Amino acid sequence: MEMQKLYLLVPLAPLVGAAIAGLFCRVIPRWLAHTVTIAGVAVACLASYVIFKDVMAGNTYNGPVYQWLTSGDYHFEVGFLIDQLTVTMMLVVTSVSLMVHIYTIGYMQDDPGYNRFFSYISLFTFSMLMLVMSNNFMQLFFGWEAVGLVSYLLIGFWYTRPTAIFANLKAFLVNRVGDFGFILGIGLVLAHFGTLDYAAVFAKAPELAGNTTLALFGEGEGVALMTAICILLFIGAMGKSAQVPLHVWLPDSMEGPTPISALIHAATMVTAGIFMVARMSPLFELSNTALSFVIVIGSITALFMGFLGIIQNDIKRVVAYSTLSQLGYMTVALGVSAYSVAIFHLMTHAFFKALLFLGAGSVIIGMHHDQDIRNMGGLRKYMPITWITSLVGSLALIGTPFFSGFYSKDSIIESVALSHLPGAGFAYFSVMAGVFVTAFYSFRMYFLVFHGEERFGKAADHDAHAAHARTDAHDDHSAHGDAAAHHADDTHAEEHHGLAPGQKPHETPWVVTLPLVMLAIPSVIIGYIGIEPMLFGDFFKGAIFVDTEAHPVMEELAHHFHGAFAMATHAVTTAVFWLALLGVALSWFFYMKRPDIPAAIKSRCGPLYTLLENKYYFDKFNDVVFAGGARLLGRGLWKGGDAGLIDGIIVNGSVGLVRWFAAVARLFQSGHIYHYAFTMIIGVFVLMTLWVTRA
Amino acid sequence: MSGTPLLSLAIWVPILAGFVVLATGSDRNAPLARMLSLIGALAGLLVTIPLYTGFDLHTPAMQFVELKSWIPRFNVNYHLGVDGISMLFVILNSFITVTVVLAGWKVIDSKVAQYNAGFLIMSGLLNGIFSSLDGLLFYVFFEASLIPLYLIIGIWGGARRVYAAFKFFLFTLLGSLLFLIALLYLFVQSGGSFSILDWQQMPLGMAPQTWLFLAFLVAFAVKVPMWPVHTWLPDAHVEAPTGGSIVLAAIALKLGAYGFLRFSLPIAPDAAHQLGGLVIGLSLIAIIYIGFVALAQEDMKKLVAYSSIAHMGFVTLGFFVFSALGIEGALVQMISHGFVSGAMFFSIGVMYDRAHSRQIADYGGVVNTMPKFAAFFMLFAMANAGLPATSGFVGEFMVILAAVEYNFWVAFAAASTMIVGAAYTLWMYKRVVFGAVANHHVAELTDITGREFFIFLLFAAGALGMGLYPQPFTEVMHSSVNELLRHVALSKIQ
Repeated sequence: MEMQKLYLLVPLAPLVGAAIAGLFCRVIPRWLAHTVTIAGVAVACLASYVIFKDVMAGNTYNGPVYQWLTSGDYHFEVGFLIDQLTVTMMLVVTSVSLMVHIYTIGYMQDDPGYNRFFSYISLFTFSMLMLVMSNNFMQLFFGWEAVGLVSYLLIGFWYTRPTAIFANLKAFLVNRVGDFGFILGIGLVLAHFGTLDYAAVFAKAPELAGNTTLALFGEGEGVALMTAICILLFIGAMGKSAQVPLHVWLPDSMEGPTPISALIHAATMVTAGIFMVARMSPLFELSNTALSFVIVIGSITALFMGFLGIIQNDIKRVVAYSTLSQLGYMTVALGVSAYSVAIFHLMTHAFFKALLFLGAGSVIIGMHHDQDIRNMGGLRKYMPITWITSLVGSLALIGTPFFSGFYSKDSIIESVALSHLPGAGFAYFSVMAGVFVTAFYSFRMYFLVFHGEERFGKAADHDAHAAHARTDAHDDHSAHGDAAAHHADDTHAEEHHGLAPGQKPHETPWVVTLPLVMLAIPSVIIGYIGIEPMLFGDFFKGAIFVDTEAHPVMEELAHHFHGAFAMATHAVTTAVFWLALLGVALSWFFYMKRPDIPAAIKSRCGPLYTLLENKYYFDKFNDVVFAGGARLLGRGLWKGGDAGLIDGIIVNGSVGLVRWFAAVARLFQSGHIYHYAFTMIIGVFVLMTLWVTRA
Repeated sequence: MSGTPLLSLAIWVPILAGFVVLATGSDRNAPLARMLSLIGALAGLLVTIPLYTGFDLHTPAMQFVELKSWIPRFNVNYHLGVDGISMLFVILNSFITVTVVLAGWKVIDSKVAQYNAGFLIMSGLLNGIFSSLDGLLFYVFFEASLIPLYLIIGIWGGARRVYAAFKFFLFTLLGSLLFLIALLYLFVQSGGSFSILDWQQMPLGMAPQTWLFLAFLVAFAVKVPMWPVHTWLPDAHVEAPTGGSIVLAAIALKLGAYGFLRFSLPIAPDAAHQLGGLVIGLSLIAIIYIGFVALAQEDMKKLVAYSSIAHMGFVTLGFFVFSALGIEGALVQMISHGFVSGAMFFSIGVMYDRAHSRQIADYGGVVNTMPKFAAFFMLFAMANAGLPATSGFVGEFMVILAAVEYNFWVAFAAASTMIVGAAYTLWMYKRVVFGAVANHHVAELTDITGREFFIFLLFAAGALGMGLYPQPFTEVMHSSVNELLRHVALSKIQ
């Protein structure tokens, strides 16, 4: 009973914080807003830790909180499922969220929407916790949409910027495309299982999977029930976890303030899809078709989104494309039935990607809100903590041995190599090539930002700013980490970004650097500590189901594993390591030694560059075909159907008919007595004729 | 409470209050008229509360029944009663009346007494529709309720109010005539009874069932409204004053849908099964076609009016998948739509009162000058888009799930509203509320007053309460809906 109260406390504490900061955002002082929300999240974090200990001791829980709705034979409940998978997610969510809350104090210091921002991120934490703690599909969907809502609100946080409010609408709608599939998947689950409760569905799944096909496309072969359900659910994951072709919203989501890019669009919300598929492992295991689909989508995302990272010049967008690519890695891992590896990478990624984003945010503060890496360089002298922590994050991202990312990413690559499902061959190529690409763009950014020539503070910058003006609109809402310096330097800085000529960047205050350090620690060690229990121990036993006979990837992987230390030392003999090193070396050579080479490549490979520049034309296609098409269709139906056909022809037509009839009838009512008299005489004559001839 | 004629009170208290308000006469007594209207509306709401608290969950039978002879020669009775299907609408209607009186408090300054009296009388008549168990009594209330709404649009409406009022009246009259013929046919067939409950039990051949069903369909489709007889609604909404739009959307649209459950399904069950596909087809057209039309609207009220039609498409879809989940989902959707569309029209009214425009293009950046309003409007926009935790989600969720059970592709088509519904609602929100201050009209806007805040709070309580905990709403429906389904599953052909 005591534990159940604790379970309830975890989501409710951030909710209370969000409610206080949000409902009274115009009344309460700033310190109160951040205190209540941070306290709420801290409580949730501590409680999660206690629950983690408890679950480790073997106490899992699955039970309702309240009955949401009953209808017919169906029961929908709000309830919690607390197992190893849940507590892992709870710990990741609450601890990253806590760091981001603290960081926000510094980042949003000057923003007029300070209280509102804290309210939103706490509300997000609540929604995300409801999502991961759910024991049924209905609540999963609730959390799913609620995090989408908060993401929408936060991307559009600076609501006067045209780009921000474009991006948030886009994010919401693209996610809704995913949710469209998701809700149909849930519908199929309910229709065939009669319940939305995870445990009941999973228990019944193997039995139903064998003999149920859906005649979706007329009388014919039919689609296996599990394939249909899993692919539909996965379409939901594609929206939330930004898989091709529903990835288009994530890069634009960078319009939101950096702390939420770290929390929502890197560490937690975008991994909801990964979590969901892992949670549904008992269903996905029953459909090889669905798994292959997952593999292919994941590997396309992993590789092709990585390429886009190479040509980005906005520091946040580089990290965003890297997130897309890493989400692709996780998805591939799910597809090859290495669910625990996917969750493991989700966890390490949450820490090092949050670190990289917050590091980028720190750089942005130091640069006075210039985000263009071409204007940076040599920042290591001025921002030592940011520099070191960002280096740690980058090393973890590219999979340097002993760092957290190494363990998770290497395990993904190895498990892909071991899989025999259709699509795994392509996936292996993608993830291997992806290693090189990741290393290249990560260190391109790293070198351009922290090393080399100091390119900031030059008068010429301002041309670049003009080109960058999209993000410049309405800077009055922008955050400034170091208010004192900022105001002393340049009171007009509100209207343009970056450092004034001669001005130097500076390290950020402790509320910003503390979370960096706190995130750097797990970014290094969590892989080393976690790999053995999470991947090869029975940590996820009972939470994740793998059909080891059909998909023996994890078992085989275990054969190759001889301890975390051996794995790292062994790495130098693998191609993965050398690919990553090559990527780093090449980026050093290109951007530190011979900056003329990338420029030359750029001019030589014009069409390719244009393709990347336009992000494979996904956005343009969606704009023209879907957005434009829908508006055109709407207009056509309105003007042609409603106004033209229904009102014009049918309604007004019948009015016209009545009018015509009336006009004809009016002819008989001329008002002249002799007309009437004459008509009467004719009438009498006709009647008499009839009467006479009757006989 | 037994013995108190609660339903009669629910009908006659507001009507009586309406006449009292009318007696205050000219606008010199406007403050008195307003106060009396509010008291009347609150009293009207108060007498409906025991309907919920005293409701017996375990019986599908009619409750709070009152039966008195009215026109003995034709066996017409003053026969009232509610079941789990109709009871909530009586309460919803009385609730909406309170918000309408409050919504017109400052805004209506000419013919105040007449305006408020119109709403009070209409409220009583609408309650009469939901609680009539006698066919002719139903018809009388059904037709009488048109008159106040017609007058409200025609007198307090916008520039093209006469056109809109006529269109509204003619469309509904067309349906009403067929409805009357159907009622008379039933009267004759049943051997001289106007009791709806008798009609429901009466055996009928397939041909008469089909004709009856089609007559009902036309009558109710106009009211719902269903495609293609929906074009009166956007015009009526655009010209109606805010209060008129709220009642029209929140209650008047429910009459047609209610008719399906009270007449079409139980009286002609075989025809309902036979022709269910037709209704589902029309519902899906309403959801998809109208969704796209809403996307193209430039007038906010028209947009919300079209979105109402799409939402009502879910209601008719839910009815005709013939499952408890579908019908209860549809009923939930009807109640939710009462809160959400009522709130949407009120939101637009709040802006219109200040800037005197409903054109989306005339706004932009409203959040800068009206942050509190923007927060509420966001809530209702999200509810309109069917976001979980709001009432808008519950009905849609239930109906989509029920539709998957019925036919996957029907559900597929219906679920497209997830995208289109979000697109038209949030795109409008973006253009109106977000962005920099667009012009000096927006710059001069003032945020909502305490009165408006309170009205928003009422709507928000409804939308959020029902979204977070729909069980209290659905548990009262179970017995009646299950009984209805049992009844509809049996053939009436003998």
